[in-house]
Amino acid sequence: MLNNITMGQYYPVDSRVHRLDPRIKLILTIVFIVAVFLAKTFAGYAILLLFVYGASRLANVPFRMLMRSLKPLRLILILTFLLNLFFTTGETVWVEFWVIRITKEGFLQALFYSLRLAFLVVGTSLLTLTTSPVSLSDGIEILLTPLKKIHFPAHELAMMMTIALRFIPTLLEETDKIMKAQMARGADFESGNLISRARAMVPLLVPLFVSAFRRASDLAMAMESRCYHGGEGRTRLRVLKLSRDDGIACAVMALLLALIIAERTLL
Amino acid sequence: MPIEAVHLTHCYSEGSAFSTVALNDVSFRIEEGEFVGIIGHTGSGKSTLVQHLNGLLKPSSGQVLIDGEDLNGEHVNRRALRQRIGLVFQYPEYQLFEETVAKDIAFGPKNQGLSAEEIDKRVHYAMECVHMDYEKYAGRSPFELSGGQMRRVAIAGVLAMRPSVLILDEPTAGLDPKGRDSILSMLEELHTREKVTMLMVSHSMDDMARLATRLIVMSEGRIVAQGPPREIFAREEMMTSVGLDVPEAARLCRVLREKGYDLPADLYRPEELKEHLLRLWKEAQRC
Repeated sequence: MLNNITMGQYYPVDSRVHRLDPRIKLILTIVFIVAVFLAKTFAGYAILLLFVYGASRLANVPFRMLMRSLKPLRLILILTFLLNLFFTTGETVWVEFWVIRITKEGFLQALFYSLRLAFLVVGTSLLTLTTSPVSLSDGIEILLTPLKKIHFPAHELAMMMTIALRFIPTLLEETDKIMKAQMARGADFESGNLISRARAMVPLLVPLFVSAFRRASDLAMAMESRCYHGGEGRTRLRVLKLSRDDGIACAVMALLLALIIAERTLL
Repeated sequence: MPIEAVHLTHCYSEGSAFSTVALNDVSFRIEEGEFVGIIGHTGSGKSTLVQHLNGLLKPSSGQVLIDGEDLNGEHVNRRALRQRIGLVFQYPEYQLFEETVAKDIAFGPKNQGLSAEEIDKRVHYAMECVHMDYEKYAGRSPFELSGGQMRRVAIAGVLAMRPSVLILDEPTAGLDPKGRDSILSMLEELHTREKVTMLMVSHSMDDMARLATRLIVMSEGRIVAQGPPREIFAREEMMTSVGLDVPEAARLCRVLREKGYDLPADLYRPEELKEHLLRLWKEAQRC
């Protein structure tokens, strides 16, 4: 019932992209986003597309899988396209009918903005598809460490993220189990109006909360009994080290950025 | 109400890269009044199997027949059927949610749409079945009971629907010997006195030795053997090959036989072993 929800879309294969340092991948993703915003023409988008396609090939992630990450956003994409299509003023009128006025400029701008959105999603998906949630939060923690100077709880934040991510599948499984158990007692989660459906959730939510609290307190106890007391002086099991591939990745991204800037100034 | 599984196969996340076959061509038939035990190593497909038997999971192929009728047929009221086939999940105490024990037990009958009077009767009946005093426990919160008591309340919640078949997934897991014993004798009573057809999944061969009239042994999604416990437990080699043990009494019996004691090969209950040992001891005394 719940197994069609894919949480954290990590695609577990081994590749050079997967092995990149998460810090580098995070930074490169930000650079990629900047590049997407800098691109001014469709030629620039062609370069970006080429890059995304190449990266997905290198990462052993099927291109189709990458495209699937756009699916949850299809409504926003369509809306962006339509709004731009109808509300952009231009000179070359293609269709004029009642209050609707579609111009060439409007069409191109609509295409441009929805493609920009699509590139943003696909680019960040490439990060989450190739980086396990744990190494991702590791990377975030290290990148946020400088902020500790202004008392920003970087370690605590990363730990919370890791724990939350860790327990999503557990809680999903638990939800599924409790749901089935209540269904075996004749509970009905699928029919009725909004109010009766909301009330039908009580037998599901109460046990779920009880077990979540129990788990949280067990976990806190287990962490304390192993002398956990925050990030101060804590070393890591897997120390992140930069490799040659990280350098290559940075170079490729620099090249991409340069190409986009060239495209922007020349075309 | 006989239950029959016909070539039942189930794959999890079919069609994706993570697809796994949890049940592979499983067929069996459970007659009314039987006490069937399903045993198997972790991941052998036991829990997947029992969830098919009341329609919580749909088979990838094959059928579940209840009274000869396909459970996943088009015109079958699955909710009504689910109440005739009570399913008690593993660690059922985690499904408790109401303010009081009585209210929680009433959840099932309430979903059946019974009258308040009948529901009250059912709650009394179910609490009696699980040996809990109504006066003492009905008004208490289920969350302040002990683990064993919570489990009994959860089982009562299923019994209150008066199912004619009761399926239990590891009903004694994680209980202390006393809690275990009280659950087992309760199940025994339900089977003999209330004539409920029982299907129990368990790791514990000793529980099975005590209760089951027939055993189904599963391994890697398939049925590898089925038959009366006396036959199954005598095949220690087969049991070990699928990662299972035989009851302690059967193991002790084998060790004694290897030492040359004159004992039948198919003993598996502590009581019968005791009798044979007493007989041997008396014979030895006489000489």
